[in-house]
Amino acid sequence: MLRLTLRRLALSIPLALVASMITFVLIPFLPGDAARALLGPNATAEQLAATREELGLNLPIWEQYWNWLTAAVRGDLGTSLISRQPVTEILNSRLEPSLSLIIGATVVAAVIGIVLGIRAARRGFLGRFVDSTSIVALAIPDFWLGLVLVVLFAVQLRWFPPTGYVPFEADPLLWIQCLILPIITLSLPALARIAKQTRDSMGTALDGTFVRTLRAASIRERSIIYRHALRNAAVPILTVIGLVFVGALSGTVAVETIFAIPGLGSTAVQATASRDLPLIQGVVVYFTLITIAVNLVVDLAYGYFNPRVRTK
Amino acid sequence: MTTTTYDWRRAERAATPRRSWLARAWRSQPLGFLASMVIFVVFLLGLLAPLIAPYPPAQQDLLVALSGPSAEHWLGTDTLGRDILSRLLFAIIPSLGYAAVATIVFLGAGIPLGILAGYRGGRVDGVISRIAELAMSIPAIIILLVVLAVFASNPMAAMITLGILAAPGLIRVVRGSTLVVKEESFVTAATVAGVSPGRIMGTHIVRRVLGPILVQASVFLGTALVIQAALAFLGLLSPSNNQPTWGGMIGEASQVISFTAWPLIPPGLAIVLMVLAFGLLGDAIRDATADDATLRPSRRKRHATPAPTAPEPLDLDTAGHLLRVENLRVSLDSGVTLVDDATFTVNQGEIVAVVGESGCGKSVTALATLGLLPLGLHIAGGTVEFDGVDLRAGGTSAYASVRGNGIGYVAQDALGSLDPTHTINSHLREVVSRHQKLGAAALKARTRELLQQVQIGDPERVLKLYPFEISGGMAQRVNIALALAGRPRLIIADEPTTALDVTVQSEILHLLRDLQRSTGMSVLIITHSWGVVADIADRAVVMYAGEVVEMGDVYTVFDAPRFPYTAALLAADPSTSPLGEPLTTIPGRVPAPGSWQTGCRFATRCQFATAECTAGSLPLRVVPPGSVTRCIRAEELIAEGALTR
Repeated sequence: MLRLTLRRLALSIPLALVASMITFVLIPFLPGDAARALLGPNATAEQLAATREELGLNLPIWEQYWNWLTAAVRGDLGTSLISRQPVTEILNSRLEPSLSLIIGATVVAAVIGIVLGIRAARRGFLGRFVDSTSIVALAIPDFWLGLVLVVLFAVQLRWFPPTGYVPFEADPLLWIQCLILPIITLSLPALARIAKQTRDSMGTALDGTFVRTLRAASIRERSIIYRHALRNAAVPILTVIGLVFVGALSGTVAVETIFAIPGLGSTAVQATASRDLPLIQGVVVYFTLITIAVNLVVDLAYGYFNPRVRTK
Repeated sequence: MTTTTYDWRRAERAATPRRSWLARAWRSQPLGFLASMVIFVVFLLGLLAPLIAPYPPAQQDLLVALSGPSAEHWLGTDTLGRDILSRLLFAIIPSLGYAAVATIVFLGAGIPLGILAGYRGGRVDGVISRIAELAMSIPAIIILLVVLAVFASNPMAAMITLGILAAPGLIRVVRGSTLVVKEESFVTAATVAGVSPGRIMGTHIVRRVLGPILVQASVFLGTALVIQAALAFLGLLSPSNNQPTWGGMIGEASQVISFTAWPLIPPGLAIVLMVLAFGLLGDAIRDATADDATLRPSRRKRHATPAPTAPEPLDLDTAGHLLRVENLRVSLDSGVTLVDDATFTVNQGEIVAVVGESGCGKSVTALATLGLLPLGLHIAGGTVEFDGVDLRAGGTSAYASVRGNGIGYVAQDALGSLDPTHTINSHLREVVSRHQKLGAAALKARTRELLQQVQIGDPERVLKLYPFEISGGMAQRVNIALALAGRPRLIIADEPTTALDVTVQSEILHLLRDLQRSTGMSVLIITHSWGVVADIADRAVVMYAGEVVEMGDVYTVFDAPRFPYTAALLAADPSTSPLGEPLTTIPGRVPAPGSWQTGCRFATRCQFATAECTAGSLPLRVVPPGSVTRCIRAEELIAEGALTR
């Protein structure tokens, strides 16, 4: 198990490197160069030269990357071109809203999705209901769903504040109120995926020969479902939960923008619109590290649920 | 869109060996048909937009801005007073077009690399798979944002990047399918015939893996449409008045949601509709191109089932038996009968073997006795009585009270019968606790006692192991221990040794016999081997095509069979036929459920069959000195000496 974890960690190093390299690979394709793109067509030659110097644009690309990488390893991701603040400082302050949102959405989707999937595992009405609604739920774009929810529950019914974010420390009640609509938005497609996967793998597990042995030994249905079948079905469900978490991370880009939540996703959109390359490069690093962390947690969970992984 | 409808036709041509699937798809996939019609009609509307749209897409009329649906503007107007219906129509081609660009890149990168990885294998596969795995771990949206930060507002760059970022998923699917197809005979034949690998990959393999590729392409079109819309909504793609997109329209509508929500609805629903259509089309293609084998059960349902003939009760002395199964009938929910007249008894302390070829209904009979039939099967008639209690009449609770402590069950698949996520100890503790409330020490003692009972030498070590860490023989001992945990009076063992090594087989049989002797319980053993019957059974029940055809004590059945099938089966069994003589075989095969004829079901394979054998229903009857048979010519044949060896 330890070896597996270490192997996974070792494999994530190339992932982090490749992800962080992409921006630098693309820089030469900038029309004109990064400085001109940033400052616009009316910039003076002095301004351009100063910006080029600041960005290190006069150096070869590989050297720019090397400088960035050595600084990044020390925890320095550079300075935002727009706000002039250190990138890590900006992004660390955006971490709490994003993580509240992603973890909230994943937990909601996992709990409801698994319960629904177990109930639906037997054929019958609920099974067909999960099958057909999950197809529709997955076809609804998250950004549109978010807008519709805002119109219904914030603008029309005024149950929730339409947009904005209040940190937990400031006001826990308002914090929850601000998060409910974005979490619903992010968790609906996630819920559909988890429910569908749970239904499928629970169906397979309950068809297993060992279930017949347990039934023949008069073991209670509750124990067969939760102690045995669910545990056997756990690995594919966990895989989907991992994917759903990463999906929610990607979802923050649109959802945080709609609900005006100052998180990693909305920061990425602003950085893209203003061509703030160091900042967006920082978001790439944060996204990649979060993804690696989630994959690692999922791997460890595999071991917990599947002794075959653990004993190898 | 055209590529999709066009692909359908291409797929048809490619799949010439199984040409009927397309025709079948239209009939059996109404949703898929509907989905492709929706896609086709929407695409057509997009092409015709300049002709049919009531207004130019950019024509503003600020006087009617943000008005709802009206006679002039069917779907109302947006912030600048532009006609929403017209913009919706003009947005079709750009919206689908960008999704198509991403899909073309997705296919262009995914298909060749996937086929290459699957066909070449080895190092090529290693490199491609590793890179694909890496690319799949990076959240695609953030890379898209980086690309858009560099190529400001360039939708083409974004869509090409999206296609590349999504390709690893396709690579994996294509690689998997190629691995399967590669082993098929036509590829091997082409290789032997000297066709170049490039040609094989480019023609033969592409055709065969087209199904999964079309599924992926269809679903990805939907994904690309949503992502393109999301980026347009975020204002990261270049806005153009003449080229509206659905995502851009939602973006504009989102600016005014505090005044009106209406402009949000039409483009949103358009996206949902198209994504739904692409998804359903993908599902339909998946079902249609799946192997015929998966379609067969639904076809079998349509077979007419012969009207069940009422079995006449056998006048046997049926009192005082531990287990009495009478005229048991088991059917598929669709109506086909699998077991139609199973009648036998098991006495206290007796080992009874049910013997017959595969598919004659032995296992189904065993499961029905325990009330453990798989989904889709049900008991359609007859009696199952255990210890004087009618289990069928008693329903679920009667079965529940008998399972474990009345009847124990041992299945054929020894390892599969144990839950791989629990240790042997966990299994035993749960089952023991279910039958007896014991303290921790007593529970521990009982689990060890059970393992000793099944002759496991070192219980302490075995208890800590998981099922996948023990051998098949050991697993079967554990299963027997589990069956014994409730101190049952009868154990039903369904082919308990078939899946085991030969040496282990006899160990398990002897274990069962020893246990029967030491505990005085009864055993009902299901088997296809006369060797097993001879080894341990007191009585034998012979089944053929869903009914019991003969039963009697083992010596009578072996020495003087009363049914031609029994005689033929004995002659065909290597363990019981005389040494030095060639083995005989039974011509033909067991008729499948649903195709049983009236009267004797063995008649078509029986060398002694006459017209009267198939004239009417044949009840079980007693033929002296004590065997029960269904053969109406039994006495005649015995007198002729035709059945004795």
